[in-house]
This record gives sequence, structure tokens and C-alpha cells, in this order.
Amino acid sequence: MPALRVENLAKTFPLRKPLFGSAAPGVRAVRPMSFSVEPGETLGIVGESGCGKSTLARMLVGLLEPTEGRVEIAGRALDNADPAEFGKLIQYVFQDPQSSLNPRKTIRQVMEAPLKRLHGMARPQRAARIAEIFASVNLREEFLDRYPHEFSGGQAQRIGIARALAASPRIIVLDEPVSALDVSVQAQVLNLLAELKAQFGLTYLFISHDLAVVEAVSDRIVVLYFGSVVEIGRAESVFARPRHPYTKLLADSAPVVGRPLTAPEQKGTELPDPLDPPPGCAFAGRCPRATDICRTVMPDLTEMGEDQFAACHHPIEG
Amino acid sequence: MSSFFHLLFRNRLATLGAVVLAVIVLLVLLTPLLPLQNPDVTATADRFKRPFTEGHLLGTDHLGRDLLSRLLHGTRLSLAIGVAAALIAATIGSAIGIVAGYFGGRIDNVIMRCVDMLMAFPYILLALAIVAALGPGLMNALIAVAAVNVPFFARNIRGIAVGLAGREFIDAARLAGMGHTRIILTELLPNVLPVIIIAMSTTVGWMILETAGLSFLGLGSQPPQADLGSMLGEARSALISHPHTSVVPGIMIFLIVMAINLLGDGVRDALDPRLRSGALSRPRATTMVDRDSPAPAPTDDLLAIQDLHTQFHVGERIYRAVGGVSLAIKPGECLGVIGESGSGKSVTALSVMGLVASPPGVITGGAVRFQGEDLIGAPYEALRQKRGDRVAYIFQDPLSTLHPLYRIGQQLAEAIQSHDRISNAVARTRAIQLLKDVRIPNAEARIDNYPHEMSGGMRQRVGIAMALANEPDVIIADEPTTALDVTVQAQILSLLDDLRRARGLAIIFITHDFGVVAQLCDRVAVMYAGRIVEEGPTGAVLDAPAHPYTKRLIACVPELGGGRRVLAAIPGLPPMVDRLPPGCAFAPRCDKVQEGCRAGDIALAGTAPRAVRCLFPEEEV
Repeated sequence: MPALRVENLAKTFPLRKPLFGSAAPGVRAVRPMSFSVEPGETLGIVGESGCGKSTLARMLVGLLEPTEGRVEIAGRALDNADPAEFGKLIQYVFQDPQSSLNPRKTIRQVMEAPLKRLHGMARPQRAARIAEIFASVNLREEFLDRYPHEFSGGQAQRIGIARALAASPRIIVLDEPVSALDVSVQAQVLNLLAELKAQFGLTYLFISHDLAVVEAVSDRIVVLYFGSVVEIGRAESVFARPRHPYTKLLADSAPVVGRPLTAPEQKGTELPDPLDPPPGCAFAGRCPRATDICRTVMPDLTEMGEDQFAACHHPIEG
Repeated sequence: MSSFFHLLFRNRLATLGAVVLAVIVLLVLLTPLLPLQNPDVTATADRFKRPFTEGHLLGTDHLGRDLLSRLLHGTRLSLAIGVAAALIAATIGSAIGIVAGYFGGRIDNVIMRCVDMLMAFPYILLALAIVAALGPGLMNALIAVAAVNVPFFARNIRGIAVGLAGREFIDAARLAGMGHTRIILTELLPNVLPVIIIAMSTTVGWMILETAGLSFLGLGSQPPQADLGSMLGEARSALISHPHTSVVPGIMIFLIVMAINLLGDGVRDALDPRLRSGALSRPRATTMVDRDSPAPAPTDDLLAIQDLHTQFHVGERIYRAVGGVSLAIKPGECLGVIGESGSGKSVTALSVMGLVASPPGVITGGAVRFQGEDLIGAPYEALRQKRGDRVAYIFQDPLSTLHPLYRIGQQLAEAIQSHDRISNAVARTRAIQLLKDVRIPNAEARIDNYPHEMSGGMRQRVGIAMALANEPDVIIADEPTTALDVTVQAQILSLLDDLRRARGLAIIFITHDFGVVAQLCDRVAVMYAGRIVEEGPTGAVLDAPAHPYTKRLIACVPELGGGRRVLAAIPGLPPMVDRLPPGCAFAPRCDKVQEGCRAGDIALAGTAPRAVRCLFPEEEV
């Protein structure tokens, strides 16, 4: 049984109805998408700004109610958007560790909230549990009585991870957990996440715009473009042997030591307009392989090679 | 808390206000204990006694009542009513504001429209209407004044609450299982409280005036009870013949409101985090220079940074952001400066044109020479002529460097015209050409866009176009692609590369990304804790890093195609630049550290073009 299953999950943000006439159809931040995550797996989610990855993450943890579709955790559907109900099963680590901590609360108060509210623990138990979690994220207990502004980015992100762990979730959604950190601290946090996963048997959804980081931590990777899944596959093959032209563009654009500087896309192309989405494949306007069918018919996600799926009419041959 | 009082009493006017208010409050608190006459006992024979008469220090009023006694009792009442009204208005108004701001949407709409309706009435009319409905009396006046001021608090606090409700720590609290009430009380309220206190401290004085106004009209305190407003009202008929009866309460109202307002402004300034950090003290037009040694001799480089020291002086602390950096660049060359946050790479770049904010920034040593001429300490006009014209900057976030209210064409034309006296039409043609140079499609139409109408990549192209506007010799690009998506980053990098090859531009490219440096830069300098630890040709440094920091930094960055693995993290944190250890700044995190590393200055040594600041380098250079 998958740890997390998402079925036709979609989010449309309605637009304000104009004074005269009917309301526009709304912005489809996430188009109906389905995928599942096995227990103990790390699923990487990559995409550029505006591809819907944060909207997806917020729906998964119940901070945002989906317009359609459902989220299933360990076979049980979570259909009411109640963060307290979600909190025990799935937790969230924020991108900016400083702004995810209340500046006027001590770290102890921050850590106690999920233990008290979600698990109803008594004071002595809470203290023991906090000590246990702090030991596993390599933080000293003397930090507990300090305020968030006293910590560096890396330490604050450890506290953010510790808070997520306090709820004893099965799944943690990591929304760009290291992109606000310096490179030398990034590696510390990524390694810590790997240790915690082994120690507590966690399942991760790792969202990032950094292809190299996602590739280094994930088992499988989902590539998002304009609110839709364009490719899913194993981490070692998605960027090495991409089937979707967009995945290839991403992989070719990442700066790599030893690769000469070339713009893989010379035209000054822009993302499709969310208010006026193209009828066919959203990538068609930027795609060198696009034909008429791409501009009229939206391609479905189909299996292409072992454990690799892509939504493309003219996939790159493997 | 002690820092709050320190800041508050540094403000002389606020201190004066606090002293006056404290004296008045002490007096009215002691009023029942003082040997005063009964304020309400009339003695018509003694009416209109002048001040300083026997037995009546401040004289008597039209019914022969002792003015000193009435003044103190009246002040006591007026202060109590004013403070009570402020507390009630703040509590109700803030509650409304927080609820509206936190829930947003329809609840917010309905609540705020009701508040707007209250605000549509002139306040005195509204207060009169409320008192008219409830009947005259001090309590009713209090209710009226409080009600009239509720909208002020509701609107102020709602604005703050809307901003806070969108913050991530509120989401985190929801995920920790807290309900709405608990989030409002324990997460939102503590963050809003300083604003409530500020709003209250600046409105108490106003509310005392409003209560006095209602009493003056006979709608507040009823005879014989004295408050400041009713004393004024009763004295009105004798204004010409016996002015002291109105002057005495008048002066008291003046003193109270003045003292409260002065103190309130002081409290606001001391509590406001922006004012506290000195952000509102206007920075100077160029960075302050305080060199204790003569500038080094000129070289024949296009731009040479020579042993530059830039510090930030904040209170007692001295942050050595740049501690002796030397860099040089020739035409057509691209120099990469790589480092983590706090390594001093941006401050080095901003020091070149004197753009480091002063205070607190001070350049304490070294020189920056453009074609041999020292820019440090150059007069403002000389620097202004070179800024943008000879040396141009590209910053990380074009959204914050482009003015949101002007079309990009106007901003480009302004950049050209500030150095070149040409007509608007010519400037516009040049601007269109610039947009074409940075490959913005459909430049003729795009030139009339506002910055928010463009995507991040397009905005950064405009930023580059603006840097190119006056055909500078050097471009300093401070993390120009960090905020961009990878596909856009690739386009911007190849654009910069083409431009420098076509125009012989010298580029100083500041970044934290080795991949970017490898693709774009001829040479690279690695910075750590305000100093260069290694420099050399890009290929040589990346293939065979000599400084342990460079080597380990490269190792801990995942690279595409590397597969799944454990990364070689560097333990610990970069040092704070106000407490640098003696010797090598990297020593506490280095696994090759030996006794010699922790003492004395370590020189940047090696055979040109390579150099490393390490006693035990990984490679001989």
C-alpha cells in the first residue's frame, strides 16, 4: 500500500467576478494530477517558479483545500482540510526557516505545540520527547529557551525539522528546505534529513527548483510544468535520459562545471499565460519538436521505458 | 526592556514629556491625601478670588469653589476617563482588527465596511449622537469617546494582522494542531501588541481632549462634579472679566496632552524595529572614508581594488566585512568572486563606487582605482559621473531595483539622460535598441511596460540593459541570476557572455554557484570571512583547489549527474566578522588544522596567476 496517494488532485484559484459579465474561469494552479509515494521513498518534485509545486505541497498538508481530487495517506482518505487531522500523518518543513518560527516564542514553546495539541502529552513526557528529538537533529538543549532571531539559517532549519518530527508524522513534505541556506550548510541539512529518514522510517516529498539537489536525495522525480506533471521517473534516469523535451531543457540549463556555456533556448520565450492557457500542451510554444497536434490536444502521461512516464506527443527516444 | 528605556530616554523631548506626566500623575494620585478643600462646596461670598490669595492658591471660580482643589480632582477624573476610553477602544478595535485580518475574505469585508461606515461620520457628530441617545453623563461620554475611536484601532491593527496572517509561522501553528482562537491569542496577539501600544500611546491625549470637549458642551460630567472640560465650560462666561478661571484648566489640558504626545512619539520611535536599528537615519550619498594609511600606488589595470578594508560600526561592535581584498580586472575579462553569505563579496562590490550605506559602513583602508584614479574618498560629483557611466551594477532582484511606478522605457531613458544630454525622442530610440541588445522580443511594445508586467527573466534583462545604457567599461553583477529559474539563468548567462565578448566589457561576477563560475568566468577569487582565500584561473582552481575551504566547498555542492549520495558537509558555521579568530578564519572548521594556523596573519602566496592563503595547502601553487 502506498504511503501517499494523490488522485486527480487539482486547484483552481477563482478570479474576482467583474461588475458586469460572468467571472473568468480562474487560474488553474494545479491541473488534475495523480501519483503515489511508497513508504520509505523520497519523491523529488522539481519545476520552475509558477509550476504549482508550492500549491501542491500546501494541498498535501491540508493548508489549502483542493478544488477536486483526493489525498490518501496509508489507504485512508483525508477529505476534510483540517490541518490538525493531517498534522499527525503528514508534516511540512518550510522554505524560510526564520519566518516559519514565531519571533515572540521560545523554541520550547514552538516545540511543545504539536506535542500538546496533536498528541495531548503531559509536561514531563513532552520534555523527554523534546530532548529525544533535539538529540536526533544535533541541537543542544540549551537552545530551547532562546528566541528564533538568535539562530543562524541552518540552525533555524534544524528547529523547523525538529518541529515537524515532533508530530511523529509518517510523511514529511519538504518545500525547498535548503534553498535559503548557504552551500556549506545545505549539505549538513541534506545529510541530516537522510539520517532522520533512516532512523524514523520516514517518507519524503522533496520539493526544489535545484535539479542537482533533488537528484542527490530522491528515489523518483516528478517534473512539473505549468501545473501538470510532464514526466515521472527514477532519479538516476530522468535527467540522464529525459523523454520530455522540457525535462531535457531543464537538465541542459543547469550550470555544470566543465560544460561550455550555451543557451539551450535562444529565443526570448516566456511561460504560457495562466489567465489564457494554451489548449494543447503548455510547453508547445517553447518546444523545438512541437507540431499541430501539440497545440490542440493535451498529451496524457504514458509509460515510456522502465518506470518512466512522460506526457508528450513526440517524446525523445531513449 | 532596559534597551527600550535607554532608547526612550535618549530622546530629550520624550523624557520631558515623561517627567511632566509623572509629576501630574503623582499629584492626582495623591489628591485624596492632600489637605485640600472640598471641591464642590460653594461660597458665593468668595467668588472670583484671584490666584495666590490667602487660602486659595489658584483663586476661586464663579461659585467661590477652590480652583486648586477642583483642578486636581478634575484632572484625576479626566485622566482616568481618557485612559479608560483608550483601553476600551484599543481592546475592542484591536479585537475587530485581528479577527478581520486573520480570517480575511468575506468576514473581513463585512467587518471593515461597518468600520468604514462609522468612520464616515465626523467624530464629534458621532459622539454627540451617542451621548444624545444615551443621555448626558460622564460614563456615557466615555462610551461615546471609546466608540468613536474603535475604527482607528480596527483599521490599524487589521493592516498588521493581514500581513502576519500570511506568514509561515501561522501555517506552522495550524499544522501543529492549534485552533483559530489559540492561534489568534498566542501567535498573532504577541506580535500585534507593540503596534497596539504605539497606537494607544499616541491617542490617549486625543481622547482626553475629546472627553473634555464633550464635558465643555455640558454632555460629560454633570455639576457639581469637576473635570477639565466642565471647568472650562463653566468659566466661559467669565472669560474676559476673570480669565484665570479658564486659564488654569486650560494650562493643565495643554500640559497633559503635550506630555502624553511627546512621550507617545518617543515610545513609538523606541518600539519601532526599523527606527531602533537606525534604518531611518538617512545614509550619506557616498560611503564614509576614514583611511589611516596612504593609498597604495596605482597600477595599469582597468579596475583595481587594492587592499580594501570596509567595516560596519554598529554601536560598540566593529564588523570587518572586508578585511584587505585586492582584485584587478582587464578589459574583456570576467572575474568570478565566489563566497557564502557574509563572506564580504557584496560589500567589496558596493565599496567600489562608494555605495555601502553610511552609517554604519566605513572604508578604513586601501584604494579602488579606475584607470589609475582613486575612487575612494573622491568627491561625490566625480563618483556620480562614473556611476553607471564607467562602472555599472546589476543586482540580484530587478523587482526591487526598478521603480514600480515608471515604465521601463522612462527608466532606461533617465539612465541615459543622466549622463548624456540628448532629447527624449533620441533617448527612447536608444532605449529600444538596448532592449533589442538584451534580446527582449517585441522591444517597441515592451518599452511601455511597467516592471510588474514582465517576468523575472525579462526584468533582469531590463536590469542588464540599464547597466549597458551608457556603454560602461566595467559591469559588477551581484548574483544576477540567483533569483531566476534555471532555464532563464542559462539565457542570461549566455547573454552576458556574448556582450562581454562583443563589447570588450570587463565583468566582476559575484555568485555562490561553482557551476556558473565555471561556465562564465576566466578567473575566480574565493572569499571567506572578508578575505580572499584563493584565486587563479577558473579551470585550475576548480580542478585542483589549493585551499581546504575551496576544496570542501566544491565537494559539498551536489552536481547534476552525480547520482544519489551522501554529501561531504563542512561542519560548523562561518565565523562572525566582528569576532574573527586570530590566524586563519577557516581553522575552526578545517580538518587539516595545526598549531600554526591559529596565530598570526597568513599571507596570500603563490606564483601568479594562482595564490592561496593557507599554510598547508592541498596543492602547491
